[in-house]
Amino acid sequence: MSEVMTAPSAKVEEKLFQNRYLVDAGRPHIRVKQHSVPSASLLAMTRLCPAGCYSVTESGQVEVVADGCLECGTCRIMTKRTGEVEWNYPRGGFGVLYKFG
Amino acid sequence: MAMTEEKFDAIVVGAGPSGNAAAYVMAKEGLNVLQIERGEYSGSKNVQGAILYSDALEQIIPDFREDAPLERHVTEQRMWMMDDKSHTGMHYRSDDFNEEKPNRYTILRAQFDKWFNAKVREAGALVLYETTVTELVKDLKGQVVGVRTDRSGSPIMANVVILAEGVNGLVGQRSGLRDEVAPDTVALAVKEMHFLPRETIEARFNLSGNEGAVIEAMGTITKGMTGTGFLYTNEESISVGIGCIVSDFADSEVTPYALLEAFKSHPSIKPLLADSECKEYAAHLIPEGGYKAIPQLYGNGWIVVGDAGQFVNAVHREGSNLAMTTGRVAAETVIALTRKREEMSAANLADYARRLEQTFVMKDLKKYKGIPALLHGNKRNFFGTYPQLVSQAMQTWFRVDGVDKKSKEKAIFRNFRETRTIFGMLGDAFKLVRAWR
Repeated sequence: MSEVMTAPSAKVEEKLFQNRYLVDAGRPHIRVKQHSVPSASLLAMTRLCPAGCYSVTESGQVEVVADGCLECGTCRIMTKRTGEVEWNYPRGGFGVLYKFG
Repeated sequence: MAMTEEKFDAIVVGAGPSGNAAAYVMAKEGLNVLQIERGEYSGSKNVQGAILYSDALEQIIPDFREDAPLERHVTEQRMWMMDDKSHTGMHYRSDDFNEEKPNRYTILRAQFDKWFNAKVREAGALVLYETTVTELVKDLKGQVVGVRTDRSGSPIMANVVILAEGVNGLVGQRSGLRDEVAPDTVALAVKEMHFLPRETIEARFNLSGNEGAVIEAMGTITKGMTGTGFLYTNEESISVGIGCIVSDFADSEVTPYALLEAFKSHPSIKPLLADSECKEYAAHLIPEGGYKAIPQLYGNGWIVVGDAGQFVNAVHREGSNLAMTTGRVAAETVIALTRKREEMSAANLADYARRLEQTFVMKDLKKYKGIPALLHGNKRNFFGTYPQLVSQAMQTWFRVDGVDKKSKEKAIFRNFRETRTIFGMLGDAFKLVRAWR
């Protein structure tokens, strides 16, 4: 393995800290539906979400905290077939506010 | 609310390059236009590398250079094939690009879109911000006659709705106008904005004044996935990012942000970003399915433009120019029908698709229709094996170590043959040439 391959893993929280958000408190725009075992697509979101919003609970379910969401839609596309994620845009004006885009 | 009683000539959903182009062209011609944008201003939800292609905008606003927020005009293009420690580059730089009306500029979308949208308002369109369109309103015959938003329960009516809603295209998909985007036809790109003093950028990239350099990179940086990296010089910042097909990411163990970190710490990239301050981290989907992924583009009372219509030329990294052109052509179609007092029926709006066939948009997408599937189907070779072989060949050739040149040539050819069979390479070359024609 080269040096590049072993570069320190990025902390996504530090990246999100640079961004501006207007969080719609109490009205998350993404919800994971109740499930006992997540599909492979939903489980993949724990790695695939560019904002690291998805995680696995102790009992093995996938949960989402969408406060840092970059509104890319990757989870929406990945889980369209399984229907495990309920995805909407944040209400008008809320969510990520790109300064440079 | 008076607005809900009014019937607009057209509603434009979204204020990115395609929506702004459509709304501007229609408003300029005197149509009564309502544009609806979910962000606090046009640009606040929009993400791109970003390169502006002058030609597409000149056809809409010929004198845009007078006040548009442009960063640098591109005078140097670098194409890099990378392995873990090297890059093999093709650079093209010409003083011809220092022309009176430069051909390409780097831009910051949050600022550029805001400017473009101000032009839309000046032209006479009404723009609603912080408002998300939730669904299309249809009459009993299925004709789209307006939209509903998250602001008010009552629908807003129009003769035609132009969907410039971006890659996710929720409104059109939920209304059954087109299928969901598939994970293997869309790329997820992540990007950071790195700030440096302008003199530092100019020294590092050998630029003077407002000259700009762009780097497009492929190779082992995407760890066997179909994708590319990029680095663009802005006035006082550098946009650096990397993107791969979503289904490749799903099959991989690497996170998008770890991939970006690895790209930034590549020995060819790291010195270019040294001592910079990161001020934003963004992510966005890019439709990369090409011609074969283009959905139905019009129907009774509606037209789709920009990313929502999959209008991206992934081979040439062009998208915003296709967006502006499809927005303009949609607007011209609607203007012509409005003047003739014709219905906004599917049969009449089919003129939009016919007009697009005559533009570079459809001609280019058709030309490359086989490329996305070819690259994706052979990703291990195109994004792993070949970049490594090229790097090894270059190193063998340039390293002076007492081995004679004839033996070096043999070693290079042997390495190619042993890593990838002659038939495999010829097959890939043949397929690439055929898909390129």
